Amino acid sequence: MTDATLENAPHAFVRKQTLEQEVAPLSVAGPVAWVRNNLFSGPVNSLMTLVCLYIVVTSVPDLVRFYLIDAVWSGANRDACLADKIGRPVGACWAYIADRYQYFIYGSYPVTQRWRVNIVFVMFALGVVWMLWDNAPLKKLGAFFFFVTMPISAYLLLLGGDGAESFLRFLILLTFGLAVLYLVLSFVPSLARLWMPPALLDVEIAATPWERFFQPKRLILMALVIFGLIAVLAETAGLPRVDTGLWGGMMVTFLIAAVGIVFSLPLGVVLALGRRSKLPIIQLMSVIFIEFVRGVPLITVLFMANTMLPLFVPQEYSPDRLLRPLIGVALFAAAYMAEVIRGGLQAIPKGQYEGAMSLGLGYWQMMRLIILPQALRIVIPGIVNTFIGLFKDTTLVTIVGIFDFLRTIEATLVDPTWSTPTTRATGYAFAAVFYFLCCWGMSRYSIAVEKRLAAGQRR
Amino acid sequence: MSINQTGTVPSGKVSLFYDPKIRGYVYQIALLAIVGFLIWSAASNALENLRAQKIASGFGFWNNAAGFDVNQKLIPFSASGSTYGQAFYVGLLNTLLVAAIGIVLSTFLGFFVGVSRLSSNWVLSKLAMIYVEVIRNLPLLLQLFFWYNAVLKPLPDARNSIALPGSIFLNNRGLIMPNPQFGPGFQAVVVSFFIAVVLAIAFYTWSKKQQERTGTQYPNGSITFGTIIGLPLLVYFIVGQPLSFELPQQGRFNLTGGLQIYPEFVALLIGLTTYTAGFIAEVVRAGILAVSKGQTEAANALGLRAGPTLKLVVIPQAMRVIIPPLTSNYLNLTKNSSLAVAIGYPDLVQVFTGTVLNQTGQALEVVAITMAVYLTISLVTSLFMNIYNKRMALVER
Amino acid sequence: MRTFLAATIVAAATAFCVGGAQAQTGLLAQIKSRGVLTCGVGPGLAGFGIPDAQGVWSGLDVDLCKAISAAIFNDPNKVKYIPLSSKDRFTALQSGEVDLLSRNTTWTMSRDTSLGLNFAGVNYYDGQGFLVRKKLGIDSALKLAGASVCTQQGTTTELNLADFFRANKMKYEVVAFASADETVKAYESGRCDAFTTDASGLYAERLKLSAPADHIVLPEIISKEPLGPAVRHGDDNWLDVVKWTHNAMLNAEELGVTKANVDEMLKSENPEIKRLVGTEGKFGEAIGLPNDWAYRIIKHVGNYGESFERNVGAGSLLKISRGQNALWTKGGLQYAPPIR
Repeated sequence: MTDATLENAPHAFVRKQTLEQEVAPLSVAGPVAWVRNNLFSGPVNSLMTLVCLYIVVTSVPDLVRFYLIDAVWSGANRDACLADKIGRPVGACWAYIADRYQYFIYGSYPVTQRWRVNIVFVMFALGVVWMLWDNAPLKKLGAFFFFVTMPISAYLLLLGGDGAESFLRFLILLTFGLAVLYLVLSFVPSLARLWMPPALLDVEIAATPWERFFQPKRLILMALVIFGLIAVLAETAGLPRVDTGLWGGMMVTFLIAAVGIVFSLPLGVVLALGRRSKLPIIQLMSVIFIEFVRGVPLITVLFMANTMLPLFVPQEYSPDRLLRPLIGVALFAAAYMAEVIRGGLQAIPKGQYEGAMSLGLGYWQMMRLIILPQALRIVIPGIVNTFIGLFKDTTLVTIVGIFDFLRTIEATLVDPTWSTPTTRATGYAFAAVFYFLCCWGMSRYSIAVEKRLAAGQRR
Repeated sequence: MSINQTGTVPSGKVSLFYDPKIRGYVYQIALLAIVGFLIWSAASNALENLRAQKIASGFGFWNNAAGFDVNQKLIPFSASGSTYGQAFYVGLLNTLLVAAIGIVLSTFLGFFVGVSRLSSNWVLSKLAMIYVEVIRNLPLLLQLFFWYNAVLKPLPDARNSIALPGSIFLNNRGLIMPNPQFGPGFQAVVVSFFIAVVLAIAFYTWSKKQQERTGTQYPNGSITFGTIIGLPLLVYFIVGQPLSFELPQQGRFNLTGGLQIYPEFVALLIGLTTYTAGFIAEVVRAGILAVSKGQTEAANALGLRAGPTLKLVVIPQAMRVIIPPLTSNYLNLTKNSSLAVAIGYPDLVQVFTGTVLNQTGQALEVVAITMAVYLTISLVTSLFMNIYNKRMALVER
Repeated sequence: MRTFLAATIVAAATAFCVGGAQAQTGLLAQIKSRGVLTCGVGPGLAGFGIPDAQGVWSGLDVDLCKAISAAIFNDPNKVKYIPLSSKDRFTALQSGEVDLLSRNTTWTMSRDTSLGLNFAGVNYYDGQGFLVRKKLGIDSALKLAGASVCTQQGTTTELNLADFFRANKMKYEVVAFASADETVKAYESGRCDAFTTDASGLYAERLKLSAPADHIVLPEIISKEPLGPAVRHGDDNWLDVVKWTHNAMLNAEELGVTKANVDEMLKSENPEIKRLVGTEGKFGEAIGLPNDWAYRIIKHVGNYGESFERNVGAGSLLKISRGQNALWTKGGLQYAPPIR
């Protein structure tokens, strides 16, 4: 390109004069321009906007009127929600939810024993916050709590009975024994020579006995304390057995979800490692399991667990009716989890593997110390997404006769006490709000983690 | 393995216990033994239990008379004379029907919503976002209950049907339409339709070649449309309109005659379509975002308008990213159709794993067959999608 | 660590094998050592088996479980109730999950033979009927041509329905649901013109409708549905226990022995009553129970008539008349073999 001026341009098609300045556009900023650019930039766009606005205008006021303005908030039975009884149009019948919310939370769990469920709810919430909150202290302890202590405690508390109590005694004996053993060992550091490599031994001996005791043994101490507390409860209040047939409502929904996550994550790690293994038989079996489970609907897995599992074990060990779908859900979730984790393993650069090997780490050490911590971290969003799917899928246990939250709603819909024209819409709306809050909360969390990880990657 | 390659290991023999190869064999043999033992014990327990409980086993039930009825059936099936095997096919076809229609509809809806989310139209994109968030965060079963119990059941009963133009009626028994009756000579119309399709494809290929050679563009769309619609229509009139409609009549309880689409089917279809569309929308959005902005800008610089830019530049590149997750969404839709059992649509699980299992009591065989069917559908679909994926994949030089 | 793991696996495997090979002793002995009877009942059918808000079960079928528990343990409450849907009740019995299925189950030949069940008697003679809206204005099931009928899948009802319409050459549309609740809901919302199940079930389910008075049960009974308790094949002693528990309740009614007067009846001189309450003969020992087994049943649960009136008859919401279920002496079908 030459720096020719307009006047002496060589080509005929080049303009010779400067154009007149155009009038400035009406507005390029401000609300009017925004509306014009974003809502009415063309005929199609304008039509779309009008259609959308029409949808909003026709649906939102009706929804608000139905669920808030015309709603009935209190009452003892269906008469409170019948239009001809109270003489005004009736929207949602929230009185029905208020009357039945205990059933929606606990199912038929005996009223006098519901404090046990509440304790488990608190432990579960604690465990979840501990695991998910990024800056929480003592993460390892939290993981141990969430994956080991909490499930055992929940089992003891929810089921109760003689079996649970003798198991509790055994657990306390075990943890107490281990604690004493470690206490003895930490005061006799020279014993550590028996199992510790010499390099680490110096560090071990340099620490004071209490440091030595508390550093790695917190896990056992925590378990001891928690089981001890449960034992105190069992002594004072008593833990009579509550059969699983009586369990129901949100409690069962959370239970299935919790069992799903607690068992599917470790199982998923094992399957993912198996699928990436160089040993052909291990790889083949992992692939068969994963692809088989992912190829069939959850319902058939549940049917299988429900009707076939009892045939596969000797009659005396026929699993409990609630346990069967739990096994089904855990195996099902594990296959999906395995694929998510495999993605994480594949994303770890080869250098990490080679670096670990060059340090002389064995396969398990390499995985435990180098690869898995990184891989699991980057797939947290994927894990949470799988978990959202799992949480939604817990509703399917309805079909094999388990009283989960959705089933309790369905069950109250045929109850004549609250049979009104709007009960159904109210019940479904309540269920929708519950599931939406849980799933949407989880998806927000997953997006936040994704952003944080991305920030770390950008640097 | 790495130790062998580094060569730093002293030449002395490694203890067998630490030899990675030996260890590998040991692990695998141990796993085989455990899995083999589990299978063996499960099988022997099952045999023992079956024998103890005197449950019949084997597939002999397949040809036994079924003795129950199914409302929606694509092949003839009746309580008199049909077998459990035929019940299986009735269920399978119903599953495939709802899955096939659902896949087509959810693809359209999903692409529309996905593109809408990226639209510059603020209202449209926000509405699309709300749709996606709500649909994806609610259990499908709840949505099915909603569609079935809260939307379709409140329709008027059969005596007060909503009459739509063209003798179509809508009530809580479903949508009742005139049933087409094909007279003699209708085969000619079908044949002419296929001829028209072949002609249209031939013309399209020819016009593409012409365009590449000379640059002339032909009105492809209208010519294709004209051939495919016009030719069969012409033949239809020539052979003397061999098509009549059986109109629905008001019976004592219900409209009789006519073609009935059951509310269970409609509820399942709407539920599956809207649910899957929410996921497809996200897949589409991710796919479009994966195409770098430079591509759009380059297309603009070439003078392409928004429409052709989307059609010729963005979508073909986005499809590579979209197809793998799209496939798994199609499979999910097919698998999710098994939720039909909750709202009484006679799909494979409802008819076969529900009724047949109960009438025969043969849980092992029935559940195994059902699983095999879904597994086959999954594997076949992923096979086809892999082939397609290979053809669409970037050819790098 | 590794040896520990291996040892665990071996131990577990051994336990598994031993468990599998464990010899089967009689079910009655197992129940006695277990201390509890597991009883498969319906998931909630008013009058036959339904839990109240506190989870306490009651009903005609439940009373049979209580009676057996009373006969074995002298306590009617040592029963663990397992609610079973019609879909998985047989698997539950076959797999040994429940000792007894007392869940308004129809006695048919195929169930008695190829499903490996034994029916111990008939505690309710029933038949399948239809529930319709009054405003349809029909008074006979023969006028149902062209109707949509809601039913529950996996039951004999589904098959009888097909037979009935086929035999009368009528067209109909069947809509089958997996659970009774879904079926009732569909009927109530108007998806179907008629709802069909056992007549006793129709009366019970009608209570769940918001306006029970707007619906009527049509007079036709289209099938024979002898409902009774079922056990697994292969344990004759246990079958005898269940069978004779039921028979004892019937005999008690026939002999006029009730919950209220059973203590007086211990002093009765009537030989039939003496054999029943165990003051003569050793009939209990013959089935592995104490001799006062029948006394315990009547003391804790009552005779058949009392149980009937309390759960489904005049003393209940269902208000079903005895009809076919009256004793044979009163023109009904209930007839128990004598204890002698």
